[in-house]
Amino acid sequence: MNFWVIQGLNGLAFGSLLFILASGFSLIFGLMRIVNLSHGAYFMLGAYVGLSAIDAGVSFWVAILIGGLAISVLGAIIERFILRRLSGQPLAQVLVTLGIAFIIADACVWIWTGDPRPVPMPRELAGAFRVQQLAFPIYRLFVIGVAFTLAATLWFLLERSRLGAMIRAGVDDLSMARAMGIRTSLLFPVVFCLGSALAGAGGVLAGPILSVYPGLDTDMLPLALVVVILGGIGSLLGAFIGSLIIGFIYSYGQALFPDLAYVILFLPMVLVLTLRPTGLFGRQAI
Amino acid sequence: MRRIATLFSTTFLMGWALVTASEAAEPLKVGFMTVRSGALAAGGRQMEEGLQLCIDAHRGEMAGRKIQIITADTAGQPAVTKTKAQELIERDGAQVLIGPLAAFEALAIDDYIRQTKTPIISPSAAAEDLTQRKPNPWFVRAVGTSAQAHHPLGEYAAKELHYKRIAIVADDFAFGHEIAAGFQRTFEQNGGKVIQKLWSPLNAAEYGTYISQIDPNADAVFAAFAGGNGIKFLGEYKNYGMQKPILGAMTTVDEGILKRMGDEALGVISAGWYSAAIDTPANKKFVEAVRKSYGADPGYYTVGAYMACQFLNNALEQVKGDISDKAAFMKALRNVNIPESPYGQVKLDQYGQPILDIAIRKVERKDGKLQNTVIKTYPAVSQFWTYKPEEFLKSPVYSRDWTPVK
Repeated sequence: MNFWVIQGLNGLAFGSLLFILASGFSLIFGLMRIVNLSHGAYFMLGAYVGLSAIDAGVSFWVAILIGGLAISVLGAIIERFILRRLSGQPLAQVLVTLGIAFIIADACVWIWTGDPRPVPMPRELAGAFRVQQLAFPIYRLFVIGVAFTLAATLWFLLERSRLGAMIRAGVDDLSMARAMGIRTSLLFPVVFCLGSALAGAGGVLAGPILSVYPGLDTDMLPLALVVVILGGIGSLLGAFIGSLIIGFIYSYGQALFPDLAYVILFLPMVLVLTLRPTGLFGRQAI
Repeated sequence: MRRIATLFSTTFLMGWALVTASEAAEPLKVGFMTVRSGALAAGGRQMEEGLQLCIDAHRGEMAGRKIQIITADTAGQPAVTKTKAQELIERDGAQVLIGPLAAFEALAIDDYIRQTKTPIISPSAAAEDLTQRKPNPWFVRAVGTSAQAHHPLGEYAAKELHYKRIAIVADDFAFGHEIAAGFQRTFEQNGGKVIQKLWSPLNAAEYGTYISQIDPNADAVFAAFAGGNGIKFLGEYKNYGMQKPILGAMTTVDEGILKRMGDEALGVISAGWYSAAIDTPANKKFVEAVRKSYGADPGYYTVGAYMACQFLNNALEQVKGDISDKAAFMKALRNVNIPESPYGQVKLDQYGQPILDIAIRKVERKDGKLQNTVIKTYPAVSQFWTYKPEEFLKSPVYSRDWTPVK
């Protein structure tokens, strides 16, 4: 009984981290049709920036904001000066984002040396939450809370606001949205900045659990890809459900079938791609 | 066309001039394989620091010959390592190699080293069989094997800490397997029992799933991690309300990452052939020099590269700087005997592996800084521990399933 509860919470917490990472990735992917392979690097860079902010004496909460803000500025610059010039050439865009990922990764080694660094967690969230025999880290409960709040906020933004309606229109049919007079050229930078900010802030938030080290980017990017492919391109609900599924598979799978940890993680992706290529909640892009 | 021809001949002449000049000065060319990019870059940087310190200590000269270091970045990738080794030997004319960092890199160039008969000194790669079942005649190691420090730790855990049941959590790759197996062997021989072995992938994103699985009946946890994984594991451990004492591998609390840790590391007992806190004049001098130049305590990689370079010096002195007879030089390398070093006394066994003093270390805070205080020393420990080499070599190399949990 304990086993299922604890590993369930572990899965929920890891799924929550994945959602924070994958939501931005999915938004960008869905609207701009860019597989942003530098998303993992944004996540890592955000964590490093947040860490430096904490080192400089800023509180953890402000560090999350700084991490998010810094990466959204970087995202804005990359969108404006690189990706926009390549609009309409998806392959070139993907390759450019891959190149940017490498540049960011080596710049991080250069600036922060290659030392793995823990991100100190806020004192008030350290330690374990206990119920009878069970003990679970308070910080992970907090991360779960953040992910659900974020999911609700993004849902409200997409489903209830005018901006969200424009984004949804763009995701469903870009050329028709343009024909209807939606200025997608304004929409793109907004979404790219938002997605980047989520990656940057998510990196800081994940820091106390994952720590920051060279290679964090390439560890996380495939997971974001799996989530988005599983959940369906451009679907917020898909990213949410996909993250939780992968989180659960990750924790139960590693505990129950330790030798097959990676097979189990990628098997659902293969199945979904074969049986339902648009993902669980995706719609056919036009 | 003519311009190109002129260019060619000029380059050729310049090259020729350089060659003759260098022959006159006769520096010894040492190819140094390090890692400057990718996930292993921190270890690579520490290796470079250790090597530089040794070269500086000898003022760039060993046995009367100038030492010319040619550095190559392998990025920690075996395929690149192979290319770089070829470049160093065939293009740059390196006569001796120091490196590479990771065991799989060393394995990738094993055949090439045999073909070219290039003496190579390993500053880090710990894979057991490099000096056991598949010894390379051109290879010596300046550090311990994976299990060398953890045989004594297993005995210590059973005999002096009186633990009966231990759960092991280790990185799921050769280094982790070998450490865990060596520890288990001696721990069980002294009456303890390993009741659980959890293998986490080397790039496990987080350790919550593993910490939650630790058997409540265990007296203690042996955590064998490399790279930055020790930081992640220890950081999470207490947050899961865990109280069980932790034993660590040498690299779980290596000085290279210990400086980034906090109170969560306090009290971790580990074993290693080195600790920055070893209280000997030779080590104090070394630690002071590292602190002065690089502002941090030396750990696994720093001291490994430093010692690899001292091995080179010791062997060169034996052959009076003349390495034209490679076999004689190799014999000298295997005959290295350094009475005083940061490690203590160092001699090599007939397999090219150092016999080392092993320190049992406990993480304590001193002057506001974490350090691995030495609480016991096992003198002159061989890679075969107390077993007869012939018998030791008969059993299969330590792996994921050997020794098994009974």
